[in-house]
Amino acid sequence: MQMNTKFKPLENVPLNADPSPRAISICAEKVNVFYGEKQALFDIDLNVGANEVTSLIGPSGCGKSTFLRCMNRMNDTIDTCRVSGKITLDGEDIYSRDIDVVELRARVGMVFQKPNPFPKSIFENVAYGPRIHGLAHTKTDLERIVVTSLQKAGLFEEVKDRLQQPGTSLSGGQQQRLCIARAIAVQPEVILMDEPCSALDPIATAIVEELIDELRQNYTIVIVTHSMQQAARVSQQTAFFHLGNLVETGPTEKIFTTPDDPRTESYITGRIG
Amino acid sequence: MTDSSASNSRQKRDFGLKRRYAAERRFRLFGQAAIGVGLFFLAALLFTVFSKGYTAFGQTSLNLDITFDAQLIDKNNARATDPDVLLTPNYAVLARDALAMKLGLGKLSSKDRKLVDGIISNGTKVQLRDMVMANPAIIGTTQNIWILAEADIDSANKGQIDLSVDEKRRKVSDRQLEWMAQLKADGTLAQRFNFGLFRNGASSRPEMAGLGAAMIGSLYMMLIVLVLALPIGVAASIYLEEFAPKNRFTDIIEVNINNLAAVPSIVFGLLGLALFINFAGLPRSASLVGGLVLTLMTLPTIIIATRAALKAVPPSIRSAALGIGASRMQMVFHHVLPLAAPGVLTGTIIGLAQALGETAPLLLIGMVAFITDAPVTPLDPATALPVQIFMWANEAERAFVERTSGAIIVLLMFLAVMNITAILLRKHFERRW
Repeated sequence: MQMNTKFKPLENVPLNADPSPRAISICAEKVNVFYGEKQALFDIDLNVGANEVTSLIGPSGCGKSTFLRCMNRMNDTIDTCRVSGKITLDGEDIYSRDIDVVELRARVGMVFQKPNPFPKSIFENVAYGPRIHGLAHTKTDLERIVVTSLQKAGLFEEVKDRLQQPGTSLSGGQQQRLCIARAIAVQPEVILMDEPCSALDPIATAIVEELIDELRQNYTIVIVTHSMQQAARVSQQTAFFHLGNLVETGPTEKIFTTPDDPRTESYITGRIG
Repeated sequence: MTDSSASNSRQKRDFGLKRRYAAERRFRLFGQAAIGVGLFFLAALLFTVFSKGYTAFGQTSLNLDITFDAQLIDKNNARATDPDVLLTPNYAVLARDALAMKLGLGKLSSKDRKLVDGIISNGTKVQLRDMVMANPAIIGTTQNIWILAEADIDSANKGQIDLSVDEKRRKVSDRQLEWMAQLKADGTLAQRFNFGLFRNGASSRPEMAGLGAAMIGSLYMMLIVLVLALPIGVAASIYLEEFAPKNRFTDIIEVNINNLAAVPSIVFGLLGLALFINFAGLPRSASLVGGLVLTLMTLPTIIIATRAALKAVPPSIRSAALGIGASRMQMVFHHVLPLAAPGVLTGTIIGLAQALGETAPLLLIGMVAFITDAPVTPLDPATALPVQIFMWANEAERAFVERTSGAIIVLLMFLAVMNITAILLRKHFERRW
C-alpha cells in the first residue's frame, strides 16, 4: 500500500517530533473493518489535522463512509461489523475499554447524508443534545446554547421567529443546517459529515459549504463527498479511497494537481469511479 | 425504404393494450365483487343481530299498587325482635292480589289464580322481600311500584309469540291475552328500558337474566390484560428490536412468537388451567385467571404489532439520536417509541378487542359458571360477555333468543368503542409530529 511520506503512523514519529506543523486530532493506525466475512477496509493509516477540513473521496463502495463511521463508532450499531486497529482522538484510543461510546459521540459529532431532524420543534432539535448531556443548567443556558448553535450554523436569522415549529417543516438545506446546529450544540471537537450536500440543491450546497469553511475555525471536520469540486473547494487535506484501501492522502491542492498514484489521477480525471 | 419500413412496423407493433386493459378491468371487477360480498355479509350480520336483539333493551313491566299487608307479612308482629320473620312470607301473593284487583277480578278460582300468577315474574317475590327487608316501615302501606312481567308475557307483548297457534300449544292463553290488552289500555302494562340487562347476573328466568356479572368480569379481564400485556409486550418488543443481538437464538424466539399468535386460543385455556389453577392454585372462574390467560393470548399480537411499529421508524432517526451521543435507551424512549406509539396503541387495542371476544379459553378455566351476583374483586367467580352469549344461546326459552342478540349488540358496542378509541388515539399521536 502506498503511503504518503508526510503522514507516518504515530509509532514511528512521535507527535511532538512530527515534521508537519499540523496538530493531529485523529490518528488511525492499521484500521481493518469487516462486515461479517467481507473485509471493507484494509490497513488504513490516516491522520486528521485539527482545525482543518479533511475530505474523503473515492468511488462508491470504497469504504470512505465506513471509515468515517469508525471515527465515532457508529459502526458499533451494526451487528456484523468488526473493527480492528487503533484510532486515537487526541491521543486516546477510542476503541479502548475505558472510552464510553456515548461520551465519544458527544465529542465527535456527525451530520448525515440525508437531513434527519427529529420530528420535533426546531428548538427541541438543537436542545436535545445539550439536555441529555447536562450541558445547560438553567433554561436561559439552554436557550443561549440553542441560539448560538443556530447562529453558528447560519440558520438563526431564518428561523428565529418559528423556533417552535417542527424541524421537518424546513427546506432540505435548512434541515441540513439544523442538523449541523444540533451537532454543534453538544460542543464537539470533531464533526464528521457523510455526504452532507448530496440531497441538497446547488444553492443550499453553496451555503453549507461556506458554513463548513467557517466552522473550521473551531472544529476539526472530516467530510465524505462524491463531488470532487466540493472536496477541492472546502478541504485542506484529501484522502482518496479505492476498494477499501487508502490510496493516497495529502494536501488537497497536491492531490488534485499532482497525485502520486495513478489510481488517484484516474479517479480525479474521471476514468474510474 | 427505411422510412416506409419504420412506419410499417409502427402500424404493426402490437402492444397488447386491449388485452392489458381487459385484464385490469377484470381484476377491478373481482376486487369490487369481493368487497361487495364482504359488505353484504356484514350487513346481513348486523341486520340479523340488531333486528332480533333491539327488543332485549325493553322489558314488559307492570305498574301496580301493592299493599304490604301486615297480616300476611308479619302476623305476630315479631319483626322488631326477630327480623328473620320477614324472610319467609309468600310475597308473591301481594303482587297477585294487586294485579287481580287491577283486573277487577274478585275471589280467584284456582285456574284463574294460575293464570294471574303466570303474568307476574317469578322474581317479583324477591323484589318485594328485598324492599321490605330494606325498609320494614312500608309494611301496612300501599306502594306504587313497577314489577317485571313473566318472560312469556313479555314475548307476547313484543309480538314474538305466534297467536295463530292453538291455545293449548301456546304459552300464553287467550284469557291472559285479554287481560294484557286491558292492562295495556289503562297503562298498567308497559315496555320500559331494561336496566336489569346491565345490572342483573345470570338467571334461569329470562326476564331476570342480565349481563351484569359478565360485563364486570369482562371489564376486570380487560384491565388485567392491559396492565400486564401492554408493558410486557412493549418491553419484549423493544428488547428484541433494539437491543438483542441478531443471532440464531433470537431468530428462534421471533419465529415462535409469530407461531404463538396462531395457536388456537383453547390451548391457552388448557395452559391456564394447568398453570394458574392446578399449579398456582388460583380460584376457578375468577376474572384474574381469565385475565392472565387472555394476557398470554394477547402478548404475541401486541409484540408483533409493536415490533412492526418499531421497524417502521426510519433508521435515520436512530442514527441522529446516537450521533449526538444519546444512549440506546435514550434513543428508544425519546425518539423511537414516541414515533411508534400510534402503531403500538393500535396493536394493543386490536389485541384487547380480540381478547374481549374470546370464549374458548374461558370455558376451560371455569368461567362458564352460572354467576348470579356481580363479582366484587377479580378473585370472585365471574363470567365474560362472550361466554354469557354462548350460555344464553343454549337456552330454550323464546325470551333468551332476543337476549342473546341483545348481548351481542352490547359486545359489538364495546368493540366499536374500543376501535374508535384506537382510531382517535392514533390520530392524536400522529398529529403531534
